[in-house]
Amino acid sequence: MIKIEELEFYYKRKSELFQHLNVDLNEGKVYGILGHNGAGKTTLLKLIAGLLFPKSGKCSVNGFVPKERNPYFLQEIFYIPEEFEFPSTTIAKYIKTHSGFYPKFDMNIMDDLLNEFELSVSRKIHNLSFGQKKKLLIAFAVSTNCKILLMDEPTNGLDIPSKSKFRKVIASYFNDDRLFIISTHQVRDLDNILDTIIVIEKGEVIFNQTIEEIQNTLSFQKVKNLSEMDHVLFSEKEFGGFSVLAESKDFGETKIDIELLYKAINSNKETINEAFKNEHNN
Amino acid sequence: MEFNDNKAIYLQITDLFFDEILMKKWNNGDRIPSVRELAINIEVNPNTVMRTYNYLQEKGIVFNKRGIGYFLADDAYKATLNLRKEEFIQQELPQIFKTMNLLDIKLKDLEILYNEHINKK
Repeated sequence: MIKIEELEFYYKRKSELFQHLNVDLNEGKVYGILGHNGAGKTTLLKLIAGLLFPKSGKCSVNGFVPKERNPYFLQEIFYIPEEFEFPSTTIAKYIKTHSGFYPKFDMNIMDDLLNEFELSVSRKIHNLSFGQKKKLLIAFAVSTNCKILLMDEPTNGLDIPSKSKFRKVIASYFNDDRLFIISTHQVRDLDNILDTIIVIEKGEVIFNQTIEEIQNTLSFQKVKNLSEMDHVLFSEKEFGGFSVLAESKDFGETKIDIELLYKAINSNKETINEAFKNEHNN
Repeated sequence: MEFNDNKAIYLQITDLFFDEILMKKWNNGDRIPSVRELAINIEVNPNTVMRTYNYLQEKGIVFNKRGIGYFLADDAYKATLNLRKEEFIQQELPQIFKTMNLLDIKLKDLEILYNEHINKK
């Protein structure tokens, strides 16, 4: 559904962000995009949404070129930025003026979610807290029934019960025709809700695997001594022993520790990707 | 639901099913939650929950009535019992034996403790 080929992008000519960005994203998946600050996560979301234009290369989204901002393209995509501005009006008026852009907008879903997030339509948006505004935006985005939903740090600013509700919302409204992309540092908030992990570093996609592939290939263990294990790819010392990332061969499928995986990829992406190639060839 | 175990999430959900079946909260032939219902309830990606259902279907524990939903098979209890027994013998028992060796607990000691435990109930 999203195809990016040899995409080049920079804010200043002298410091290129993306030189040869290549990535394919398909419907029926919830993608988690990870990367250091400044790696280009937000820029990538904006390029997909048509808020920034590539300098060269291809970017095709749902059969459209985002740069052209075709209305049929825009009605099927919604971008939740990390920071945002709302007009000074009530929630009810905001919904009334903005829902018209999305032909599949479902007012029943909107009502349910506002209720779930404890927001009343008569509230003035500028009186809401940051977290409440974010919940309003999430509720609106889901209610549009857009095929593509882009979310930049959606759980930032949400209180603990709202994070749980956010996961329920994703589990409820995600389906095989939709594509959700979540850029995040808060992997613990989201780890069971993602089904593909993408890591960007220095303007390149250095890792792109589904949870199922990760489970088949890698094993996440805790051991007292490193000598207890073979096929260790990465380890980190912690209280009383080590967290270990190993090839899964003999250990069975384990729960994925995304933080450990992320650190392993950052310290040695070649070794990790090699393990996936080997698993594929077996 | 808290996922503390080191097992893959879809296998932890499988264990949840096994518990419900062995404790007879879910009985043979019962209708069970849909993939979506369970996904929302435990806040997990529906694709992950689907893996659990596929796995249980392969093992003959659940089956899908097209357009209606998922149900426990007629011999779900027996199939679950056999599967869990095998798992216990192959995976959990060796760990227990290892600890017994380490702590020098004899089989006889264990027998006494086991009988005490049973009588308490």
